[in-house]
Amino acid sequence: MSSQGKFGDYGGQYVPEVLMPAIEELADAYERYVLENEDGFMDEFRARLRDFGGRPIPLQRADQLSARYDREVYLKREDLLHGGAHKLNNALGQVLLAKYMGKERIVAETGAGQHGTATAMAAAHLDMPCEVYMGETDIARQRPNVFRMRTNGAEVTPVTTGRGTLKEAISETMRDWATTVEDTHYVIGSVVGPHPFPEMVRTFQAVISEEAREQTRERTGGLPDAVLACAGGGSNTMGAFHHFVDDEDVDLYAVEAGGSSLSVDEAEGVAPNSASLSTGEEAVLHGARTKVLQDTDGQVMESHSVSAGLDYAGVGPELAHLVDEGRVRAVNVDDDAALEAFHRLSQDEGIIPALETAHAFGYLEKYHDDIGETVVVNVSGRGDKDLETVIEETMDRDLDIAPDMGVFREVGGGRL
Amino acid sequence: MSLEEAFADGPAFIPYLAAGDPSYEASLEYVEALERGGADVIELGLPFSEPIAEGSTIQEAVVRALEAGMTPDRYFEFVEDLDVDVPLVCMTYYNLVYQYGASEAEKGPRPFVERAAEAGIEGFVVVDLPAEEAGPLREACDEFGLDLIFIVAPTTEGERLERMRERVSGYVYVQSRLGTTGARDEVSDYTERSLSRLADWDVPKAVGFGIKTGDHAERIVAAGADGIIVGSALVDIVAEGVDESTADVAARLEEKARELKRGAVRGAGVPRAE
Repeated sequence: MSSQGKFGDYGGQYVPEVLMPAIEELADAYERYVLENEDGFMDEFRARLRDFGGRPIPLQRADQLSARYDREVYLKREDLLHGGAHKLNNALGQVLLAKYMGKERIVAETGAGQHGTATAMAAAHLDMPCEVYMGETDIARQRPNVFRMRTNGAEVTPVTTGRGTLKEAISETMRDWATTVEDTHYVIGSVVGPHPFPEMVRTFQAVISEEAREQTRERTGGLPDAVLACAGGGSNTMGAFHHFVDDEDVDLYAVEAGGSSLSVDEAEGVAPNSASLSTGEEAVLHGARTKVLQDTDGQVMESHSVSAGLDYAGVGPELAHLVDEGRVRAVNVDDDAALEAFHRLSQDEGIIPALETAHAFGYLEKYHDDIGETVVVNVSGRGDKDLETVIEETMDRDLDIAPDMGVFREVGGGRL
Repeated sequence: MSLEEAFADGPAFIPYLAAGDPSYEASLEYVEALERGGADVIELGLPFSEPIAEGSTIQEAVVRALEAGMTPDRYFEFVEDLDVDVPLVCMTYYNLVYQYGASEAEKGPRPFVERAAEAGIEGFVVVDLPAEEAGPLREACDEFGLDLIFIVAPTTEGERLERMRERVSGYVYVQSRLGTTGARDEVSDYTERSLSRLADWDVPKAVGFGIKTGDHAERIVAAGADGIIVGSALVDIVAEGVDESTADVAARLEEKARELKRGAVRGAGVPRAE
């Protein structure tokens, strides 16, 4: 699939010189430990995913949604992974790899806080000190996860530049890494960044599609007609797709955040969405050539989504390549559709999804008639972290499906 | 004057400012003040929205310049409007180089380098472009006769060092310590070690990152550097003077430049010609 970290024209290694040796060291370690299982690395990784993480994760038939849409809807329940999101697969893999490499400290960045939480948990589990950079806007909207990271012993450092979201947190973490590169490993949270990160993170996440493919066979005797996953940076997307990529009869849908609109305000440098696969252009950002929301000069735009976890101006290079090749369909739904889907899944199935995940269900609601008889949706994470956001955003909107919000209006501005 | 010629008469003083910080007009004055203060080459930053290799000082300068409307086209006009005789080096990030061009089909390093050459730029430092990915830009530089400067970090060793040696021209930028840009109070031990690794390279060696005073400049040149690169200590003066008159700030920049240049000359001890 990749050669020297390239996916077609995408990928590569575009980083300050000071980081190049660390990236080469990491590429070498990835090859030996992950691809060749040196010192039994992959055996230990899989054992820890089982005992600490709780894998394998079930594939559940969604009975109410199946009836509602008149087709077989299956849920890959990554929300049941330890920590409540798919993020632990990658965080555990990278922290363990850092340990095999003899590194002494972990840094990470986080948007919604789910990757930061998973990294803090993995670092505590493997006894490594950990510092997590997080934009101040995201800290404000993701307080439970900030507290979880602190509880697991991680330092959480606020990033105040720009709009204070994931893009700025990534830049800040790269700065830290450039200063501490000799003894520190940077756990990138998605299939983005310079080689080997996109391929390595995908390899750690591919356990999702490995299990889902086998489980669908067991349940239905065949493969699904479609797999849906939400796409921000693209780690749960690539994880959910990887083992289906060669199955050409399985349609793969990457559902992006359409935000409030797909248009952009070029003068202000703001895109009111995070749909970089659908509306972005090829660019070099954060170490890789990929699709990015940018203005005509090449300055990176501020993105937007109701979901902090999707709120990023770039996307993984392999996903950008698969979309160009026509293998993956890049689609999107807006903030309203995601919020409606959040409430629907909660009410119909008793599963409170992450707002990221809700985008995939928003797409299913709108276009279920066009996407085959058997559908697997990756439930990338659970929604506990998003409850404060959902309360505020639901009060601002007129959603038929939402519970009565009167009690929140009466008791002080919506904050629980 | 070519970049290498700028090193001919003793140690070169190479200041950096972000073009357009805090405004187009003030920035023109500031860059010209650096030349009056003794600059031999000027590194002129073309601001990019995600400056991952910069510390907070230069990052904030970049934000000010972008907010004041700096764009690649404005940058080239800025270079044309500047009244300086020393060579100018464009310091930026690869996405701006890569996106430049009138149409999708023309985008890439070539139109960027062509426009830069027309405006009067002598060379480039592209912070996030390692030698491995620099082929297209190197070709365009060769076509238009411009230099491509690489940064050698304390961590750069072995084959990577050799690859850079093959592709570098003008001068080599020696990063004196790990991390991002930013003024420091101590001169790093890495400096001597880095310089000794490059001793037989046939381009001048200019040391940057963390140089703040004339004494720092003196020690770095005494350690064997052919030049010193100073950014954050000068950008700090611009930042502190955002609410002051342009003339006052320009005077302070000129004075600071003079201090740094004098330090560098002291470090050389006796004239290099000897």
